[in-house]
Amino acid sequence: MVHGEAWTIKEFFCYPNEYIYWTIQIVMYPFMTGLVAGAFVLSSLYHVFGVKQLKEIARFSLVFSFALLPVAMMPLMLHLQQPQRGIEVMMTPHFTSAIAAFGIVFTTYALIVASEIWFVYRAYFVETATTLGEKRERGLWEGILYLIYRILIMGAWDISHEAREKDEKAVKILAGIGIPVACFLHGYAGFIFGSVKANALWMTPLMPVIFICSAVVSGIALCIVTYTVTMELRKMISARKRQQKPWLPSTDELKSAEVQVVTMTSKYLLMFLVLAITLEILDLVFRGYTALKSWDILRSVIYDKDFFKIFVLQYGCGNALPFVLLLLPRLSLKRVVFCSLLVLMGVFMMRWNVVIGGQAFSSSFAGFMEYRLPIWPETMELFKEGLFGAMFVAITPFVLFFGITRILPVFNLKDSH
Amino acid sequence: MIDRRDFCKKALLIAGGMAIPLSALELFDPKRLLAEKNDPSPTRWAFLVDTHKCVGCGFCVKACKIENEIPYDANVTRTWVERYIVARDGKTYIDSPKGGRDGFTTPKIDQGVEHQTEVRNEDIEKAFFVPKLCNQCDNPPCVQVCPVGATYQTADGVVLVDRSWCIGCGYCIMGCPYGVRFFHPVYHVAEKCNFCYHRISKGMKTACVDACPFGARRIGNLKNPNDPVTKVIMTERVGVLKEEYGTKPQVFYVGLSREVK
Repeated sequence: MVHGEAWTIKEFFCYPNEYIYWTIQIVMYPFMTGLVAGAFVLSSLYHVFGVKQLKEIARFSLVFSFALLPVAMMPLMLHLQQPQRGIEVMMTPHFTSAIAAFGIVFTTYALIVASEIWFVYRAYFVETATTLGEKRERGLWEGILYLIYRILIMGAWDISHEAREKDEKAVKILAGIGIPVACFLHGYAGFIFGSVKANALWMTPLMPVIFICSAVVSGIALCIVTYTVTMELRKMISARKRQQKPWLPSTDELKSAEVQVVTMTSKYLLMFLVLAITLEILDLVFRGYTALKSWDILRSVIYDKDFFKIFVLQYGCGNALPFVLLLLPRLSLKRVVFCSLLVLMGVFMMRWNVVIGGQAFSSSFAGFMEYRLPIWPETMELFKEGLFGAMFVAITPFVLFFGITRILPVFNLKDSH
Repeated sequence: MIDRRDFCKKALLIAGGMAIPLSALELFDPKRLLAEKNDPSPTRWAFLVDTHKCVGCGFCVKACKIENEIPYDANVTRTWVERYIVARDGKTYIDSPKGGRDGFTTPKIDQGVEHQTEVRNEDIEKAFFVPKLCNQCDNPPCVQVCPVGATYQTADGVVLVDRSWCIGCGYCIMGCPYGVRFFHPVYHVAEKCNFCYHRISKGMKTACVDACPFGARRIGNLKNPNDPVTKVIMTERVGVLKEEYGTKPQVFYVGLSREVK
């Protein structure tokens, strides 16, 4: 069977070679990089612009962004027909292609995030390593940690006041550079689509900007959800621990701190949401108003075939509903989390409607193609480009995050960052 | 005594001033120089399709599949034939079942998703066939978007794919407005018509040209003014597909109609 045949249904006239070649993994790719960029921008709000209220969530989202980073590459590897040659993009980039910049942009961004994390955590590394070093007997895990921290410190043991101030300065600079690079990382994902002149739905210079805005929105939303879930878990654990150790923070203390952080973050979520919706609507209106040759087929895709996905799921449930809910008075934690989940779904649907929607019509403008998401992975191909492949990509960052936080704890740190 | 501030200001001014005449200079492009001196390639392959002559027998598709080892029953093809039926009510019906490989032996029109339609003979205003293949564009978007340079344009204008280098991202497939590209079912890399490059570079015609019983398909060298194909392209009224994309396609059609997609 030809690649694409298993999940493409053609209607009316499509060219014989046309199939839905970019499937669920290409939906996951901008979604995941969007989360990376969004989480990073959220952390930078504190580090660069000094939004003090976001201090708690800043470190959290920085580390989460780091955990999401390798996952941004996963869908691409799962999508490639020759994944073993994927490295060629880095080794022999062909620079007229938008994808060729991936290696450079991605590596730069990864280095920035990694070094920022290093500066944020250096003092912690030194303190922990010193405490562990003074211990007479170390367990196996403590021994490993001690070794890891000693390697990570890279000889920079100075944690005097001046040294820490220098760290803080470095963090600020890195976060400052990081914002444009994060935007570039994601804007360029938008450029990959926006620059395809053969695709009537994709081709618009607004695409990178739309991608950046929705990226920030989704990143913030995911941070809110993950942050709240982690806090709830901590509360459960601390309630249990407090029975033995009454000096730990009480559940109420944790709760009030959490509500404040989350409601504050939701304000930023709203801001970027407004921006994202405005641009998307502008794009839609503009297409309808200028009504180029492709508008006939685009109209029947947007207003007919994909109506439910675009207007009900994406704009309705994913944008309008959370927008109203977040503006209603007496915002509660549960409502913010619910809204964030809706927003995440909305952004995911936006990616879906762009990637799959862009292939929902033939480039002959005389036929339609429908994508049937492969559910059961009977073959490797159906796994990679089906539901299970997508789930695999979606779960990985949480597993990584759990692993990374064993070494880089995001809560209960006393340092100033 | 000039102070530092003044020095900086003046230095900037002078440097800026000196840069203006520099902009009048042009950097040498050795490639272009060479091209202007003696054209590196005496050949520019182009294709001519006379739609008046095509009867939709599908011999070209068959020949192409066999010659270029595209699995015979796979639903992809390097070249194909489209049937256009324009009804009296203005509606256009188009189909190309199996790329037209087995000819168009039934009046039933393939509409995808297992449904067919038929236009009564007396309701047909006009009907014709249009063979399609890679346009070997002068400004090929597929070459532009390949992230690793696995697809490239030869000096004689044909766009080729390096099967040992293609990573299979599908960006070129997305970038082609003509839908000529697909993934090879065996090699799992991008695949497309290359004007039978292995044949034309040895002085032979393409498999489809040889297979066409009616001379609807012809290949020629645009740089040779005496080539019969070049003569037709230069002196007669020919059209190309989807000019608006700026790809400068090099497959020319005689008898193109506005319905052709």
